[in-house]
Amino acid sequence: MIQVREVTKRYGANTVVDHLSFTAKPGQVTGFLGPNGAGKSTTMRMIVGLDAPNSGDVLVNGKPYASAKAPLHEIGVLLEAKAVHPGRTAVSHLLAMARTHGISRSRVDEVLGLAGLGAVAHKRVGAFSLGMGQRLGIAAALLGDPAVVMLDEPVNGLDPEGVLWVRNLLAGLAAEGRTVMLSSHLMSEVSLIADHLVIVGRGKLLADTTVADFVTAEGVRVVTAAPDALRNVITGAGVTVTSTGAEELFVTGATAREIGLAAATRGIPLFELTPQNASLEEAFMDLTRDAVEYEAAR
Amino acid sequence: MKITAGGVVAAEWTKFSSLRSTWITTGISVLLLIAFGAIASASFSGDSLSAVDLALSGSTLAALTVGVLGALLGASEYTTGMIRATLAAVPRRLPVLWSKSLVAGLAAVVVMTAGAFAAFAVSSAVLNDKVSGLALGDDGVLRALIGAGLYLGLVAVLGVALGMLVRSSAGAIAILAGLLLIVPGLAALLPDSISDAINPYLPSNAGSAVMALTQGEGTLAPWTGLAVFAGYVVLTLAVAAYRLKKTDA
Ligand SMILES: Nc1ncnc2c1ncn2[C@@H]1O[C@H](COP(=O)(O)OP(=O)(O)OP(=O)(O)O)[C@@H](O)[C@H]1O
Ligand SMILES: [Mg+2]
Repeated sequence: MIQVREVTKRYGANTVVDHLSFTAKPGQVTGFLGPNGAGKSTTMRMIVGLDAPNSGDVLVNGKPYASAKAPLHEIGVLLEAKAVHPGRTAVSHLLAMARTHGISRSRVDEVLGLAGLGAVAHKRVGAFSLGMGQRLGIAAALLGDPAVVMLDEPVNGLDPEGVLWVRNLLAGLAAEGRTVMLSSHLMSEVSLIADHLVIVGRGKLLADTTVADFVTAEGVRVVTAAPDALRNVITGAGVTVTSTGAEELFVTGATAREIGLAAATRGIPLFELTPQNASLEEAFMDLTRDAVEYEAAR
Repeated sequence: MKITAGGVVAAEWTKFSSLRSTWITTGISVLLLIAFGAIASASFSGDSLSAVDLALSGSTLAALTVGVLGALLGASEYTTGMIRATLAAVPRRLPVLWSKSLVAGLAAVVVMTAGAFAAFAVSSAVLNDKVSGLALGDDGVLRALIGAGLYLGLVAVLGVALGMLVRSSAGAIAILAGLLLIVPGLAALLPDSISDAINPYLPSNAGSAVMALTQGEGTLAPWTGLAVFAGYVVLTLAVAAYRLKKTDA
């Protein structure tokens, strides 16, 4: 479990994290979202004590991280891919980290295999691609069999196979009862992996919610010659139909396919049948619009 | 699974020994020590320097390379971003500095002591006829050779401390070279009365005292000199420790 409590971080006059509080719970994947410069990486650095907050505090599994007897067993982190000495091989890098905790060589080989790096284990990290560096960072995060796994933009630079791997890996880790937290600025990506969402903008908490709750009105727009007849056909348990124009209905609780089939069996002509998903991405953009720090000129 | 002091030392040894540059720099340091000793011993024909002084004439350059080795070891944590992984694994932080210093210092002591003996052996073999030879059993010879190893080990630790302190390879190397090479030159520009008083206490002069066969005019006694140099190293380590503990990584 990660508990961030009223944390504030300033760099000079710049308040980068502003009275931020949230909790990432075991058994869940927590998505940590926000536009560029929102303070995600800074918050993650504070969680493992690399940066000290100006006020507030952070607990990892109920205690300050620095007091842990086996820190790598408490939390495994990926902060920056390729933040590794380029002259070292993947094996020696992991081995150096493992030795601090007396973690065995076989565990090093195991996480290398898990990350699909078995074949390049003895290659210098300097020759790694961004994606391979990312995989090495994830392998390092898993080294200590940690109760909490925290990854900063883990899918950055990964190929589709790699993205799928991360998704399944994180889901698996959460299913084992671990706390999983990952950051991203892509809502579409996070919504596929996460259960719990923490959204920040300019260092402030914008939303602490679930993916399901975050999805706004979803429905199907139907244009038909016989709106009243169609309404009678499809209204039922969990289905609501609202009239939005002379020939237009907005239906929630039924899919376009179900509506189309129902209309066809009754011979009701349809002119339009359009699923309308206020997408997660749009909802995210709406929420963070005022908090975007770096925006393309319009 | 638990974090231990021995584990952190083992980890630092793994980091140290898994870089090709470590072996190259160490090799160059030993070669310089032996080669300069041999060349000086073969060519020098005066009577101002003893056979041991000649054998160790590469020690100034070796100090520089060994110091660079330490500085790179310390600063590369920051220049590569590795420090984040390092400190995430060892959040109490200071054990990293102690262990890194220990590993670099011990490795340098072992290798450079062997290097000093090798330099003495090679130099004795090619020693100029006009200089009288010395044996290991002669007064001060063993002390000078072992002292050279200890001095170079301390220089490696100084390099680590500077690297961790300034967090930049170029910066740390510049400060190191300044301390060892430029400061004595600057002191020579001061009025004699002042420079005579401070000269023995300058880092490189104090440290080198242990390698002189006989205590010269205006130098510290051998072990006093080494202790003064160790004092500088401890001071630098303390400042590095303070910065490591107090500032964001
Ligand atoms: N060490 C530092 N010194 C000064 N400012 C910093 C430092 N680290 C981060 N910042 C600033 O803090 C703000 C937040 O940065 P941070 O990297 O935490 O954002 P982020 O949410 O991770 O962004 P991104 O999505 O681009 O990774 C930025 O404006 C950044 O310039
Ligand atoms: Mg970031």
